[in-house]
Amino acid sequence: MYKLEVQDLHKRYGSHEVLKGVSLAAKAGDVISIIGSSGSGKSTFLRCINLLEQPHAGKILLNNEELKLVAGKDGALKAGDPRQLQRMRSRLAMVFQHFNLWSHMTALENIIEAPVHVLGMNRKEALEKAEHYLAKVGVAHRKDAFPGHMSGGEQQRVAIARALAMEPEVMLFDEPTSALDPELVGDVLKVMQALAQEGRTMVVVTHEMGFAREVSNQLVFLHKGLVEETGCPRDVLANPRSERLKQFLSGSLK
Amino acid sequence: MIFDYNVVWDALPMYIDGLLTTLKLLAISLFFGLLAAIPLGLMRVSKQPVVNLTAWLYTYVIRGTPMLVQLFLIYYGLAQFEAVRQSVFWPLLSSATFCACLAFAINTSAYTAEIIAGSLKATPHGEIEAAKAMGMSRMKMYRRILLPSALRRALPQYSNEVIMMLQTTSLASIVTLIDITGAARTVNAQYYLPFEAYITAGVFYLCLTFILVRLFKMAERRWLGYLAPRKH
Repeated sequence: MYKLEVQDLHKRYGSHEVLKGVSLAAKAGDVISIIGSSGSGKSTFLRCINLLEQPHAGKILLNNEELKLVAGKDGALKAGDPRQLQRMRSRLAMVFQHFNLWSHMTALENIIEAPVHVLGMNRKEALEKAEHYLAKVGVAHRKDAFPGHMSGGEQQRVAIARALAMEPEVMLFDEPTSALDPELVGDVLKVMQALAQEGRTMVVVTHEMGFAREVSNQLVFLHKGLVEETGCPRDVLANPRSERLKQFLSGSLK
Repeated sequence: MIFDYNVVWDALPMYIDGLLTTLKLLAISLFFGLLAAIPLGLMRVSKQPVVNLTAWLYTYVIRGTPMLVQLFLIYYGLAQFEAVRQSVFWPLLSSATFCACLAFAINTSAYTAEIIAGSLKATPHGEIEAAKAMGMSRMKMYRRILLPSALRRALPQYSNEVIMMLQTTSLASIVTLIDITGAARTVNAQYYLPFEAYITAGVFYLCLTFILVRLFKMAERRWLGYLAPRKH
């Protein structure tokens, strides 16, 4: 049984088709890296999974439950049942490229916000969990700091703790290290590696080839809105079959 | 020029009463003004044209006409109609205090609504996406993320609005109320010493403004600390 299944996803902006039928299936414990050059549609694909972007066709299933989609006036699909969407979103935590922490809340407040106000957890329990996850990502000492007073690496780790506190089925990472200074990237990647080793199910859009090769167990290479190549990361990266991937790797691995 | 301190000293109790009236007018109008401004501000950022346009029309009309005209319309204008004088609201509408508070509250609600709407629109898009991605409903997102963040960021602009409102309450003296300006008018009428009368009123307003500015500085430190540069 798959934790997360996405079937034949299509998405266009106006007449420009950015996703031309992309599928993905993640079993429990899978770590799937999605790579591709900018404009290949990888972030858009990830953002369609929790409907931050509206796809035009396709199916999204979480734990075999299909997200009900209905076509809007402009042809884009939206949630048929807002409550179902909210419930599914709360099971699919997302970590963003630009962290997107709530700026008026401290690290701790950011983390307990959704568990308390979306999942209905009591505040005391949520606080204990928050402290636990903050310690786990290594920023416990910054719990009372506001996002604007933290470094990028600290903010992204707080954002990961915020996602973890929801105890989600699947975690979605949208280029989590792309906005960080090179020396801070390692801290965040280490946290993500630890999460992968715990058996968490993760879908990661990334430019970090090292992470894709060492941590993930499945690699998806997107090109122009289609899956160009997919498989075990080590094989795919060592012996790329398609011309596109060879080209992409020659540029990115040097 | 000789400043007649004795007249000012003797009139001080009247100025103090006036000060209390000014504070009462300001507090009541700000309270109800802000209460109305929050839903109006939310309406101004609504994507539904009817909702948005209604609030837009309200703020446009109120901001587009002078405060004094609005006050005269409510206090003198409404009394012209027999139906109003016969209605259950007449005891209220014949009271100068009520009419002044009503006019001031309406006026400040329009300006404050625009401040709040501007602040809501300036919410970083990523923070809204994060709230959605966590599974928040629209209501919850407004209540927990958008409004708390927008109201904080609106503080500096709102402090300006409050100080403007303090000065505006002086218009109440025109509809017979004895606020600080009203006390000054009375002193001037009794002794014909306009300089003494109005300079005293001015000093009162200056002191009040100073206190308000300090209060807002404290509030900004308390609620806007996250925007300040890091201290440690």
